[in-house]
Amino acid sequence: MARYLTVRLFHGAIVIFLISILTFAIMRMMPGDPVYLLFGEGQVRISEEQMDAIREQWGLNEPLYIQYLVWAKNMLRGDFGDSLVRRGVPVRTMIFEAIPVTATLNVFALGLALLIAIPLGIAAGIRRNSPLDYATSVGSALGIATPNFWLGLMLIVIFSLYLGLVPPFGLRSWKGYILPVIVLATEQMAVLARVMRASTVEVMTEDYVRTANAKGLPRRTVILRHAVRNSLLPIITVIGFRIAFLLSGTIVVETVFAIPGIGRLFTDSVFRLDYQVVQSLVVLLAVLVVASNIVTDLVYAMVDPRIRIE
Amino acid sequence: MSATSFEQPQATILAEETKHRSELSQSWRRFRANRMAVVGLIVVALLVLMAIFAPYIAPYDPITDIFRGMRGVGPSPEHPFGFDHLGRDLLSRVIYGSRVALLVGIIATIISLLIGVTVGAISGFFGGWPDSILSRIVDTLMAFPLIALLIVLAAVLGPSLPTTIFVIGITVWARYARVVRADVMSLRSRDFITAATASGVKNSRIIWRHIIPNIMGPVIVLASLGIGSIIILEAALSFLGVGVRPPTPSWGGILADGRAYIIRYPHIAFFPGIMIVITVLAFNFVGDGLRDALDPHDRE
Repeated sequence: MARYLTVRLFHGAIVIFLISILTFAIMRMMPGDPVYLLFGEGQVRISEEQMDAIREQWGLNEPLYIQYLVWAKNMLRGDFGDSLVRRGVPVRTMIFEAIPVTATLNVFALGLALLIAIPLGIAAGIRRNSPLDYATSVGSALGIATPNFWLGLMLIVIFSLYLGLVPPFGLRSWKGYILPVIVLATEQMAVLARVMRASTVEVMTEDYVRTANAKGLPRRTVILRHAVRNSLLPIITVIGFRIAFLLSGTIVVETVFAIPGIGRLFTDSVFRLDYQVVQSLVVLLAVLVVASNIVTDLVYAMVDPRIRIE
Repeated sequence: MSATSFEQPQATILAEETKHRSELSQSWRRFRANRMAVVGLIVVALLVLMAIFAPYIAPYDPITDIFRGMRGVGPSPEHPFGFDHLGRDLLSRVIYGSRVALLVGIIATIISLLIGVTVGAISGFFGGWPDSILSRIVDTLMAFPLIALLIVLAAVLGPSLPTTIFVIGITVWARYARVVRADVMSLRSRDFITAATASGVKNSRIIWRHIIPNIMGPVIVLASLGIGSIIILEAALSFLGVGVRPPTPSWGGILADGRAYIIRYPHIAFFPGIMIVITVLAFNFVGDGLRDALDPHDRE
């Protein structure tokens, strides 16, 4: 167990190291000189000497590997540097401002999706080929094939323009959360219901379910105690996957609804060439993925005694 | 007792009844039996025809035919999808948009298959340090938030159709590599591979002649299921403005126009989205059908 964890953490560290190098390299290829941009793209008159002095101050004249090492050292200490566009604002502040918005969005979306998809998937898996089963399958297929940003636009047209129930953009009131939560939940529901159905179908053919049936247990007990407990296992992986991509999964949806979360911060920063923000975010998001992958595997091993970690 | 009463049962009739069928024709029979898969295949074929013959099908030019005074006018019998914010015929733009979607979906899939199968085969066949290095690279790609990586890469390289195809192709192969690696590892211990190795066949020949043909089934299934999500990725990139650039008509790009003018001209966003859903559904149905047809273990 301890050995397994060490190996996983070691691999995780390698992955994060590679991602940080890759990100750093990509960001240096970005078009545009940050110093030039900082001074209003040539609108602020400063001399070449002054520009050079600033480059010197920021360490932009150092060789690339030195620049990388300085950046990596600061990242490890939790110092993400200052935004290049919003002058003087630490990147960390910008990220911490945006996290609660994205987290709220995702917690409600995942909660809603689980609440609907799990009972639906179980019911469809138990009553195979029933109308409910077909409806679930069709719904899942449609949900997976529908781009979330298009669904968002259509909901805006229906519920904001025609019915006037919710604001189309922004977060001026809590109502602004409703449509994006529905959009994100729909997408997750489609996947969760499909996984839940498949795993229920599989579990229902297992020997222990047949045994439970054979010894005359009520059908309710068989389903709840024996079947569902086991068919829920694959859901752990799906939830782990959702948490891993918690902050990045909403990039497009946040843009559709103009919501000031991590996704919006990310796309805005890419377009504003604020590469301090972009590179910090990419590394942070990757750390989240690596960490939640390890946690998912550990939880899985804890819940399912058949899996022994070696 | 005459000798004729001891006639052997006629073996020839039996042989006729169980006519030999090739693996391929059996798969095709299983595929044909799946109604949704056949519908999907027909829709895909129609979409491909639509993309190839777009200039003959589209009533107007998607870029140069601008109707004055018709900006954002809704659907009518002559223009069933209406006009966009510049007064261009939306039906024509949506028809031409299928070119971008299919081009990106198919070419990016081919690029990612080439990389993924090569990496997976090397990793699974040789094991050891090549496997360790390649597996870490695969892990790294899988841990990258895909859409974030695509946005950054596309922004760095400059948004265009070739960039879109390239960045999607070089980022989505990790899944294929994982599957191929696992399949190759389990194949490597099979007797026919041991026999080939023992009789002195070169590694490269074993990989190409014995291993690759055996893993093509699952790879084709994965690829056909992946095209749909690649088409959605392309649409997302174009929607965000880092994919195919205007005025080239793409479904994601028209959706971006639709978002910008959602309050004034809400009809713009409707049709390209419907086309994406239909296209992705069709590819996914074909993929499901292929999975059931090519993988006999998974049949019910």
